[in-house]
Amino acid sequence: MRVTVRLFARLRELAGRGDLDCECPGDAATVADVWQQLVARYPALAPYERAVSCAVNAEYARRTSPVADGDEVAFLPPVSGG
Amino acid sequence: MALPDAGALPSLTPDEVRRYSRHLILPEVGVEGQRRLKQARVLCVGAGGLGSPAAMYLAAAGVGTLGLVDFDVVDLSNLQRQLLHGTGDVGRAKLASAIDRLHAINPHVHVEPHHTALTSANALDLMRGYDVILDGTDNFPTRYLVNDACVLLRKPNAFGSIFRFEGQASVFGVEGGPCYRCLYPEPPPPGLVPSCAEAGVLGVLPGIIGTIQATETIKLLLGIGQPLIGRFLVFEALRMRFRELTLRRDPECPVCGDHPTVTALIDYEQFCGVSPAALASGPATASPGAPVPAPDITPKALRDWMAAGTPLVVVDVREPQEWDICHLPGAVLIPLGELPQRIGELNPAVPVVCQCRSGIRSARAAQFLRLQGFQDVRNLTGGILAWADEVDPTVPKY
Ligand SMILES: [Zn+2]
Repeated sequence: MRVTVRLFARLRELAGRGDLDCECPGDAATVADVWQQLVARYPALAPYERAVSCAVNAEYARRTSPVADGDEVAFLPPVSGG
Repeated sequence: MALPDAGALPSLTPDEVRRYSRHLILPEVGVEGQRRLKQARVLCVGAGGLGSPAAMYLAAAGVGTLGLVDFDVVDLSNLQRQLLHGTGDVGRAKLASAIDRLHAINPHVHVEPHHTALTSANALDLMRGYDVILDGTDNFPTRYLVNDACVLLRKPNAFGSIFRFEGQASVFGVEGGPCYRCLYPEPPPPGLVPSCAEAGVLGVLPGIIGTIQATETIKLLLGIGQPLIGRFLVFEALRMRFRELTLRRDPECPVCGDHPTVTALIDYEQFCGVSPAALASGPATASPGAPVPAPDITPKALRDWMAAGTPLVVVDVREPQEWDICHLPGAVLIPLGELPQRIGELNPAVPVVCQCRSGIRSARAAQFLRLQGFQDVRNLTGGILAWADEVDPTVPKY
């Protein structure tokens, strides 16, 4: 199955792009599976695992939330500037 | 939040009627709404990038009492975005220039300056007397502190935060709605998310996010519209795009959940892993037995080493655009994010001095190199800023 991934802020910079497609094996996956695929492609993202929040189809999600073919999965790191 | 009874609201003077006439003819505001604003008390935490536009618009809108918390002094590098302060204010307390600016905009507004850092010891007392808290702080410990205090006090938190070209905004801490910890239960390891000082920020960005915070504050005070509760707004300036994600209160949230474990304010420096004790024992998420940080070297000691011809390599872990502003003689540029891939360029047998702008990123780099087996690694205390202060005043500070 294939999902669209959106990265924000520092994650976008580290990956070099904000929008990408991500292929996950099988037809059922979780947000955590998508993240693992991402980290395999962009190892620099790894330290952010516990710090990012995630959304599936623009709705806040947990790492254990299911992801289906065609979903949009967003990863947002916290930012602190003011 | 409960709106005050209309009968108890202060009346408007003829002068105020003229000043606020464009509000008064809006059915959603009207005379009663304007009197609500006059009665209202808003606390802006931070008088910087977000606090500037927020406080200026709230003052212009006629919010009766504006509290400001800040302990900083105006720096030349603030003026690119912090419109409360002008060129002539450099070196003054931010609160002093803020009061001048806000009174110039609207003399009817009462400004309450709190010249202090917001801490676990003073936050509840300081925030208790206000109707809405506007979070314009610039660091994670204070953001978690503001969040938790708002939840404990049941005060709405008009939240905004920025990074380079991107901003976030929401309203937290409202009964039944989510809080910041529902979204980000734990802070990022220290150094992972750079500040504006480290990463840079588009000057106009806090103007956009700060005015969104002011808009939400006014809506909350008037009880109009759909507040940004349960919605997290993400703004991308380069694409000029707003996105929204829906957010629910997390029943397992440690602060606002059904069985909260945080029922009083905690030590937020330690929570975020930035207190001296926490740094010495590694980041908050590190396992026990994490390596001790690399030793420090002062700018003067480094200068003496260089003058004596001691073999060493200075690794500058800043970004290329920072390197272009200034760099140390003989240094090599390897931005922190590239260090893991480019570690092969360094010889583990040669002593390494890691250096950045202020010494924070380079401490992470030095610790990383030690983990990778480099024996002699030091961190330049205070970074190139301290080098400019103590060794070479011709190096421009930024
Ligand atoms: Zn919460």
